[in-house]
Amino acid sequence: MRLLTHNMLSCNRKGVSNGFPLGIEASKLEVKEVDFNSDFLRHIYPKIEWKAFVDAAKSLGLNDLPEHVDDSMLEDDDFLHSFHHALLEVHLEEGALICPETGRRFPVNRGIPNMLLNEDEV
Amino acid sequence: MDFVVEVEAISRPLNINLFCNKKSETSSYDRKIAEIRLVARHPEVYEPCEDSYAIVDALLADRAQLLELQPKLCVEVGSGSGYVITSLALLLNGLDSVHFLATDINQTAAETTSRTLNNHAVKADVVVADLLSGLENRCRGCVDVLLFNPPYVPTPEDEVGVKGITCSWAGGLRGRSVIDRMLRIVNTLMSEKGLFYLVTVSENQPVEICHLMKRAGFASCIAIQRSTEEEVLQVLKFWRQDDEV
Repeated sequence: MRLLTHNMLSCNRKGVSNGFPLGIEASKLEVKEVDFNSDFLRHIYPKIEWKAFVDAAKSLGLNDLPEHVDDSMLEDDDFLHSFHHALLEVHLEEGALICPETGRRFPVNRGIPNMLLNEDEV
Repeated sequence: MDFVVEVEAISRPLNINLFCNKKSETSSYDRKIAEIRLVARHPEVYEPCEDSYAIVDALLADRAQLLELQPKLCVEVGSGSGYVITSLALLLNGLDSVHFLATDINQTAAETTSRTLNNHAVKADVVVADLLSGLENRCRGCVDVLLFNPPYVPTPEDEVGVKGITCSWAGGLRGRSVIDRMLRIVNTLMSEKGLFYLVTVSENQPVEICHLMKRAGFASCIAIQRSTEEEVLQVLKFWRQDDEV
């Protein structure tokens, strides 16, 4: 799972009012190179919840993203490369996603997060 | 009632011929969709079958429209072997800004989808989810292409959602249990320009499904209808209808 997808996941357990963003516990990461495409980044940027993305990147040991961004940075090559790497190339292979409100853990195995809830949680 | 079910395309050979005629001589048809020999398999995971081919044929026939749509987020629910989402990604290969997501309720199926995507070097993420559980909030109004080949076989209700391969086909009363749950969330998920492709069989009462969706503001057509030895399959296509046009 890439951080692109992490940015779209939230905990929807019954009673949870703010299940986003999910915390990350990483026990195995993989980096898979992807062709750099600045257009993709510019298109996806408005859909990204930036603070959630930066915090998620930090929990994977990626510390070179700025806390705040503005549109002008989308012309900055260094910034775009950091953005590209964290968003698309680093995969969480093993670990867990954690609900910020309840601490409910969603396991990630073989790169696939399991968002299924138990019967008493829906 | 002014509602009309348009029949856009019925026969598979017709679709493919139209498609091939439009293409340049250098590109071959089979490179546009997933290759069967590269589709991962597992005894507990539904293999590509007539229904899978039907929805991929519907996507192939709509390739020009899909490219023009310039989707940003494409989602398949119940991706199983991964044949369909991989095919969609390959036939949209010319677009460079698409996020592909696949979900399946079965962990083994999700892993099989992931292997099929990898075998075709397609970049997409797979999530184990019940329909789009965990994704619904942030996907709201953002899904440009939604694909669902549901468990549509009429069965006793208690066979729906059980573990293993059964959940890939057991659809409960009229085969509608899972379909109806999906129909209830489509409206919140789809973007303004979004397209939703749904596989049904006649027992699911596809025309009634079209009427239900009409009430939620969606126009529809039967993109493909096809008879196999066991069933009559449809691929329904839905899109938001402009008011009073």
